[in-house]
Amino acid sequence: MGRMRTASAALAGGGTGTVVALLAVIFAAIAFANPAFFEGPSLMAFLKQAAPLVILAAGQYFVIVSGNFDLSVGALVGAQVVIAARLIDGEESRTLPVLGLMLLFGLAVGLANGLITTALKVQSFITTLGMMLVLYGAIRLWTGGAPTGSLSEAFRGPGRRGIDDVPLVGQIPWALLIMIGAGAAAIWLMRTRFGRVLIATGDNELAAELSGARTDTVRTAAFVLSGLSATVAGVLIGGYAGVTSQVGEGMEFTVITAVVLGGVVLGGGRGSVVAAMCGALVIEALFTLFNQMALPATLRPSVQGLIIIAAVAYAAGRRTRRPAPATATASTDPS
Amino acid sequence: MSRSPVLAMRGIDKSFLGVPVLRSVDLVIEPGEVHALVGENGAGKSTLMKILAGVHAADAGTIELDGRAVSFTHPLQAQQAGVATVFQEFNLLPELSVAENIHLGREPRRRGLIDRRAMAERTAGLLADLGVTDLDPRTKAKALSVARRQIVEIAKAMSQGAGLICMDEPTAALADAEVELLYRLVERLRDKGVAILYVSHRLREIFDLCDRITVLKDGERVDTVAAADITPDDLVTAMVGRRIEAVFPEPLPGTAVGEVRLAVTGGGNDQVDGIDLEVRAGEIVGLAGLQGSGRTEIAEAVFGVAPFTRGTLAVDGQTKRITGPRKAIAAGIALVTEDRKAQGLALNQSVRANARMVLDANARVHSRERLARVSGVLSSLDLVARGEDQEVQYLSGGNQQKVVVAKWLAAEPGVIVLDEPTRGIDVGAKHKLYAVIRSLAAEGLAVLLITSELIEVIGLADRIVVLHDGRIAGELPAGATEQQVMAYATGRSPA
Amino acid sequence: MSPRRLDTTALIYLALAGVVVLGGIAVAADGGNLFSTANLVDMLTRTSLTGFLAIGMTLVILCRSLDLSVGYTAALASLVAATAMDGDPNRIALGVAAALLVAGLIGAANGAIVAFLGVNPFIATLGVGLIIKGYLDTEYKGPAGVVPAAFQQFGYTRIAFVPVSTIVMLALAAAGIWFLRSTRTGHHMYAVGGDIDVARMSGVRTRTTMMTAHVLCGMFAGVAGLLLAARFGTGSAEAYTNLYELDAIAAVVLGGTLLLGGRGGVAGTVAGVLILAVLDTVFNVMQINPFAKDVLRGAIIIAAVAIYARSQLSRADRRPRFAAGAGATAGRP
Repeated sequence: MGRMRTASAALAGGGTGTVVALLAVIFAAIAFANPAFFEGPSLMAFLKQAAPLVILAAGQYFVIVSGNFDLSVGALVGAQVVIAARLIDGEESRTLPVLGLMLLFGLAVGLANGLITTALKVQSFITTLGMMLVLYGAIRLWTGGAPTGSLSEAFRGPGRRGIDDVPLVGQIPWALLIMIGAGAAAIWLMRTRFGRVLIATGDNELAAELSGARTDTVRTAAFVLSGLSATVAGVLIGGYAGVTSQVGEGMEFTVITAVVLGGVVLGGGRGSVVAAMCGALVIEALFTLFNQMALPATLRPSVQGLIIIAAVAYAAGRRTRRPAPATATASTDPS
Repeated sequence: MSRSPVLAMRGIDKSFLGVPVLRSVDLVIEPGEVHALVGENGAGKSTLMKILAGVHAADAGTIELDGRAVSFTHPLQAQQAGVATVFQEFNLLPELSVAENIHLGREPRRRGLIDRRAMAERTAGLLADLGVTDLDPRTKAKALSVARRQIVEIAKAMSQGAGLICMDEPTAALADAEVELLYRLVERLRDKGVAILYVSHRLREIFDLCDRITVLKDGERVDTVAAADITPDDLVTAMVGRRIEAVFPEPLPGTAVGEVRLAVTGGGNDQVDGIDLEVRAGEIVGLAGLQGSGRTEIAEAVFGVAPFTRGTLAVDGQTKRITGPRKAIAAGIALVTEDRKAQGLALNQSVRANARMVLDANARVHSRERLARVSGVLSSLDLVARGEDQEVQYLSGGNQQKVVVAKWLAAEPGVIVLDEPTRGIDVGAKHKLYAVIRSLAAEGLAVLLITSELIEVIGLADRIVVLHDGRIAGELPAGATEQQVMAYATGRSPA
Repeated sequence: MSPRRLDTTALIYLALAGVVVLGGIAVAADGGNLFSTANLVDMLTRTSLTGFLAIGMTLVILCRSLDLSVGYTAALASLVAATAMDGDPNRIALGVAAALLVAGLIGAANGAIVAFLGVNPFIATLGVGLIIKGYLDTEYKGPAGVVPAAFQQFGYTRIAFVPVSTIVMLALAAAGIWFLRSTRTGHHMYAVGGDIDVARMSGVRTRTTMMTAHVLCGMFAGVAGLLLAARFGTGSAEAYTNLYELDAIAAVVLGGTLLLGGRGGVAGTVAGVLILAVLDTVFNVMQINPFAKDVLRGAIIIAAVAIYARSQLSRADRRPRFAAGAGATAGRP
């Protein structure tokens, strides 16, 4: 009972209500435009496509809630896909070793972001902006400008295939299962001591530090998680969409938009990871809606821009109209 | 025919989201008067002051200044009408100079451009007027002590040509000697015909300074009386609606002073030197001294924030190298910090998240049993909140402080250092904390109590260690007088 | 400012001198001359575009805001200018006015969203940038408009080795320094960025100040757009793909302005712009792979900010009352 209440409070808090309502409205609009969307296969296709952004949003959430930014994830996704193509070069047998290498690379980039931000006291905006330039340049330097090589079939599996012949939905994509796994892991992490210390650090670093929190360590870990999420997203995107030099471009902004749309406040200390992932679903649903409304693809950014501003302005308006500290009289109920 | 009052607020109502905070409150201040506004936290003092300062708008009622009806929708309008407010949180910009801070928003101009020379001259004039001659107008505010920042704030109010200055807990952050300076400032302002609304919890100041007193309770005005016509006891009774028998609780039965739990020998760093300090189980040691004498620095050294670089520190007989808060916590030391909002609480998080923060952050003290006891600790402190899910930002100062204390008690420390634990909290919460401190001693903790309020050290401590300029100036037994403490604190020997 | 410590701006100009010297040595070792007329022209030409954007960016960053839309604004302004001028020298003034007006209005929109709707500036200006991007992508498939030869001079003319655009940039920078120091609105930007609540309680019109900073930032982007139009001879929507906004932010931060607002200034920004331009020229002369430039640039920005952070840390230290004893360690938790 108490646990249920806490869970529902956690869901309702931090703007989750708003983002869920927004998701419902967009789904309703999609259903209106194309009733077939909610039939199993097309819904599965939507979720397969949305999975990378949702996973990235979970990774970005850790960084944002601890009071930082990670602008390097787009470049990291791109780098991972290019690395995979060049190193695998069509050889099935190389798939696993290369995946391992990519994992190490993603974690290393996250670690570097974290250490530069925490140990060298560089604002994360600058750290990850610099990292974005470094990754962008280094990858092109390495490949001579255009990606080379190709992915193996096994590598493309997670992003492309799934469990086939499932009644009702047809195929359950691996990407969806990976997304659910990543989401569950993220929710679990935020309920551990790590998650609690992370959000407290984002809220008040000094208070957390004076409570004995290793603020630098948890913040660095958040960047490492973001690097991990970019690696997983890179594998899914590479498998789904293939290798181009544009992979990942601009994704850092899309994912930050998603997280903020979920009511997670830039600056840290507020918002839930569920809401952040819902924010990613909203963005993907929005893109789907644009498709169905046959909007010129070039206009998408405009609508996306309008919606993100409107959503955040709405949330900001709600926050400022919050109740002033009322003089509460009820006593604590020990739950 | 008498002059009209400087300020007449009548029938002020204010509610937030349907919860009435002020109900038909009247406040009348006569010219040249120092008027105290008192009441427990949550009585509505801050709200009334914010209405006067133009931060909030009243739902009903009238405000007259010098007989003219006014209504403020912005702080700026209040300032232009001659009402200046010195809020509890300091309102200076650290990167700007004293002169720039004083003139912010009203910079003197020549031909449309900021006239820096005039700004510096006016600042020097204002400060001289307040009897302050050793403050360079070009100093950046971040380089000033708390007391000096307050002087700058008052100078700022003066420069606005304020006819009424509201001071919200002006001595909350000051040591006793600095309070004297503030007294002189208030008297100078009164001599200049400036009326002052003085909001404070400290009865002594109210009786020292104020002509009349308005008492608020639960959003209503209880009474407005001349200070000469009421005793401190009656005033407290009027505020809390009940008579408080003794100000400080007696030690609990069964409290026994035992082994030495905290021992510092020859401790020193760049702020303090030659610190020899012992606190035993069941003992409350008071650390007294003027602002800047090294009280907080000793707390920070014991807790590892700015560790001792010389000497040794032992907990329960074992020598420890405390190089950071984590080491201190692992050694069983807790520090209730001076500034609960900046250093103690994650304001956007729930009561529960804050109360378990120390357990969550330190594997060495984390345990299921302790987590399970967090709720019990909170209720043992008589926390008033809507529930453990309520965000601490919405609690009153006293309840916020209880959450800070709870998060440390949850870790079951052996040594607890309390730095200004009662600053800016209401009488009821203060009393609860005094009782808590006594019960901690009874449970065998070693308590190191740092406070600017001499009466607290004298009323609670078993021994009083007095600091002066970073060193221990002397030690006094329980029952020492304020004069004895002050003598050591100011670098003399008690007669 | 204690006399023993260099203030931040002096430190940055010292860094600039260091970069110039090291760059000169590196180029000389490579058998070139960094200070040849051609290289100096190249270097200074690079300063003007980033310079315009960075000066405006300094104002918004001082207010603890940000403008991620300046690249898009500049691209749009170049189109507005080129189409309004339409190759007619008599319409130059019209084109300039139209570009600055549109850019100023975009700045006003940014400012209003940040100041009145309370939207985080990162999101607000990113959103406005996306809106403009969508418009540009939809309306302009290629270059549009013609810039008359007379106005193209703004892009190419130079006095000795100094391009006119650089002179204009430096003049505007001087105006910016003066504005921040001598006008109330400029001075208030430090207060708004330092602590907006304190500023408001002191009677500073915080929204007006924020709006002014954003409008000026937009107009500086408009000037950058005019320069783009003059250089290309036409309006170009493609310009936004160069991520000028990131260059501008890099220059501002390199110039010692705190990303969190309240401290810094245009003088430092100009040094930041110059450092980036010198590096670009050095890379260019030494024919370093353009992708390696990105890597180096990223690393340099991080390193520079790390160094500033370090110098500020030591500055914040308390005044010691007692000399440190033997084996004393720094007292950071």
